[in-house]
Amino acid sequence: MSLAKPIATTREVTGIPTGRLAVWWVIASEIVIFGGLVTCYLLMRLNNVSWGDEASHTSTAAGATNTFVLLTSSLFIVLAHAAAEKKDTEKAFKFIWYTIGMGLVFLLVKSYEYTTEISHGYTIFKSVFWSFYYTATGLHALHVIGGMVIMGIISMDVKKGKELQRVELIGLYWHFVDIVWIFLFPLLYIAK
Amino acid sequence: MGDTVTAHVDDHHGHHEQDFWSTYVFSTDHKMIGFQYLFTGLFMAAVGGFMAYVFRMQLAFPGESVPGFGLVTPGDYNALITNHGTIMIFWVAMPMLIAAFGNFLIPLMIGCDDMVFPRLNRLSYQIFLISTILLLAGFFVPGGAFGGAWTTYPPLAARGEYNLTPLGAPIWLLAVALEIVAFLLGGINFVTTVMNSRAPGMKMMDIPIVIWMIIIAVVLFMFSVGPLVAGAVMLLFDQVLGTSFFIPSGGGDPVLFQHLFWFFGHPEVYVILLPEMGIVAEIITVFSRKKLFGYKLIVYTTFMVGILSMIVWAHHQFIAGIDPRMASVFSFTTILISIPIAVTFFAYIATLYGGSIEFKLPMLWAIGMIAEFLVGGVTGIYLGASGLDIYFHENTFVVAHFHYTMFPIVILGGFAGMYYWYPKMFGRMMNETLGKIHFWGTIIPFNFIFMPLFSLGIGGQHRRIYNYLNFPDLASPEFQNLRVLATTATVIMLLFQIPFVINWFRSMKSGEEAGNNPWKANTLEWVAPSPPPHGNFPDGLPTVYRGPYEYSVPGRDEDYWPQNAPN
Amino acid sequence: MWEFPVSAASFSGEVDYLFNLITSLVGFWFILAEIVLFYLVFRFRKKEGVKALYITGETKKQLAWIFVPLALVVMCDIWIDLATVKVWNNIKLNLPAEDEKVRAIGQQWSWIFIHEGPDGKLNTADDISTVNELHVNVNKVVHFELESKDVLHGFSVPVFRLKQDVIPGRIITGWFKPTLTGEFDIQCTKMCGIGHGLMGARIFIHTPADYDQWMAKASKNPGNEVATVAMNQTNSNIGEVKWVTP
Repeated sequence: MSLAKPIATTREVTGIPTGRLAVWWVIASEIVIFGGLVTCYLLMRLNNVSWGDEASHTSTAAGATNTFVLLTSSLFIVLAHAAAEKKDTEKAFKFIWYTIGMGLVFLLVKSYEYTTEISHGYTIFKSVFWSFYYTATGLHALHVIGGMVIMGIISMDVKKGKELQRVELIGLYWHFVDIVWIFLFPLLYIAK
Repeated sequence: MGDTVTAHVDDHHGHHEQDFWSTYVFSTDHKMIGFQYLFTGLFMAAVGGFMAYVFRMQLAFPGESVPGFGLVTPGDYNALITNHGTIMIFWVAMPMLIAAFGNFLIPLMIGCDDMVFPRLNRLSYQIFLISTILLLAGFFVPGGAFGGAWTTYPPLAARGEYNLTPLGAPIWLLAVALEIVAFLLGGINFVTTVMNSRAPGMKMMDIPIVIWMIIIAVVLFMFSVGPLVAGAVMLLFDQVLGTSFFIPSGGGDPVLFQHLFWFFGHPEVYVILLPEMGIVAEIITVFSRKKLFGYKLIVYTTFMVGILSMIVWAHHQFIAGIDPRMASVFSFTTILISIPIAVTFFAYIATLYGGSIEFKLPMLWAIGMIAEFLVGGVTGIYLGASGLDIYFHENTFVVAHFHYTMFPIVILGGFAGMYYWYPKMFGRMMNETLGKIHFWGTIIPFNFIFMPLFSLGIGGQHRRIYNYLNFPDLASPEFQNLRVLATTATVIMLLFQIPFVINWFRSMKSGEEAGNNPWKANTLEWVAPSPPPHGNFPDGLPTVYRGPYEYSVPGRDEDYWPQNAPN
Repeated sequence: MWEFPVSAASFSGEVDYLFNLITSLVGFWFILAEIVLFYLVFRFRKKEGVKALYITGETKKQLAWIFVPLALVVMCDIWIDLATVKVWNNIKLNLPAEDEKVRAIGQQWSWIFIHEGPDGKLNTADDISTVNELHVNVNKVVHFELESKDVLHGFSVPVFRLKQDVIPGRIITGWFKPTLTGEFDIQCTKMCGIGHGLMGARIFIHTPADYDQWMAKASKNPGNEVATVAMNQTNSNIGEVKWVTP
């Protein structure tokens, strides 16, 4: 097991760095997963008019706050990327942790929402709408947590000035997580 | 890309003091990971084969104790057929044809030293191994293994009180989900490697067909499996939490799951077929010393197969309660997809014209595959025709049909590939006589297993029944004789795998030395030593000057022209 | 061997015709392809001193070897497609006027059949329900309604060449017109759990006289308790489930 990177990793036949190419493929395969879930939701929602009433019990205000939080975090990761491009490791490190902080805010708002809804009896068993609500937002929250953990790990290397290109890669992923939310928010919160 | 290659390769050779664990178990070398997939796949093939033996015995001699297993209860029978299907698709076909050959061949054939993400590659195998153990563990939990057919249709699969395997069902589902994750990780690695790490000079249209096919298969897998992953999460919640995504009494829709399943399930056939078609293309060109007929045409039609395969899924559901008007649409798309597949097969047959054909072992298996797969291909037309599918749906005609596609693909094609690349894997040749015994002992009984199933299917026999004597119209002695015939052939075919095992291990020690290029082939893996060392090409990574199929070029003395030979 | 069961419904002959049509078209191409394959394999065996031809298969003239047969295959495909749509539409889309009606209810692991009683109407007090026995008149158009109490089942009568999945929460209707008297298998063709292999039933196709005799006997004998209980269960289920008619 050699620790040196194989030559394969350093080649760039397409002109796109290997890491970025791989992240795009990850995102592509994630898109079809969320796409499948959202399509199922839409198909069933079209056949169930009553889901509009169910949806009116979600908190649009909390959802909107979270949309704002995620968009801000995306801005931070863009700033981190810009700083990393300029080799400004201090600044990049700082903005990565701002992004993680925003992720934390998102999760806090989310857990507040879940708690209120569950205490009012809107559990995952209430109806298929709520099953979808918890599955979709829960899966999305898992992606947020995953992104935060990876960012934490990357930030350590960034501080030492190593593997700076990874800031761009996690940024791509984070934008994707953001965009998933942009789809979920109107579908689960706004449409009543 | 200035090639400071030699320096790097030497660097790799510096690490020779590796112990057993890091060489064989935690290796990041693509070849070792390929072997791990291959051996896990072969082991699971033996497990799946044993299951087939048990349930075939039950069908031939219902209610009698099966040697090596004991009495087969209806629950056992269902669990065996379910897991036989699951294993053969997810734990044999996928790991062998895609993961094993893909891992072993991709870096060698595109001329680089490893995959782009070796550690991701290792992680992919480790997840796969965990999923394997999990699947087999399902047999040892209270209630037994899941028996609701590999299609896992809810509500049966979604509720323990219906399937009576409250633990087996979620374990099965979790194992399959993990296996899918393993292949997604591996697939990302494959695609990125082929896109970014080809040898200098290797253009898109210089990539060997087998690599094209594996990559298209992997991308097809990636795009078709997503909805099923979502569906699996929903089904898992139905099973363990008790939600009602697919339960009508709770407001869910069971047919929705069928759409998710077959949106993946049909492309999956092509995910398995394509790599194997690639293997056959390599073999028939080498052993007929011919250029592949219409290389570009084959690549383009393969893309078309990939796209079309995603719009045919509902032909599995003609009578499943979907809008009957949709049947005509899907009947049409289904018959449409036969066009690109026919093009590929015509091209393969055309390649043989004017060749100088030598029946070495790999060629025997490859031609056997084409001849047998044609049966599977044409019987698909019967099932794609919606009017006739009313009769043949869930009938043993279907079983015979897809075994006539899957068996040539996975078993005949898989063996073709193993016999072809064995010299590269282990540096020695396999024994021809044992190989021929193995070939005829496999292909002849194979026909005697599944031809009776066509006949029984036409006679009205339905699938997944543990004892047909419960059905007066199916209990006649003629029918029972056919079942006994199929069972006998199964046992004979399984016994004829023994020569292969002997050959495999004996040749490793005492086979004739192969040398770098025993078949006089053009592609880059034959430039490397056999077996290739860590880093693959000790004399420096190759540069490519031409396409992979320049055989018998006029005006040259040699009838082959390796891709890396300068003009 | 290689024979269909007897043909016992008005449309089963059409299915058999479709089978024969496909067999002759597909069989021709299959045999041709195998002959060409084996001819090439034996004709072009390796001979000393004979070098293989160099054909790229990329000129128009060479590709004609693929596209001409392909065009012919596509024509056969279209022929099959048109024929199958006709058969499909007749069995699954067409619904001739009914002479009688039955309800078939699948459950783990048996069939309950509810027949019209002497009054000729379903859902009345004199309905006759049976377990694993379906009785119909020969040469009468029978409409069936399929329901399931638990999981997916498949309602299949091989002698009719008829099959339809049964889905809980829905009522799926269809029809058949028996043309032969006799007693035949009904199969469950969707994996429905451990007892799937036992879930068979029989269909009895009667002449009108026999049918009347059976009905007289069955309605005089309301003691078929299993069936009555089963029917009550079904009725109570109907209250809970939201029915979707296709």
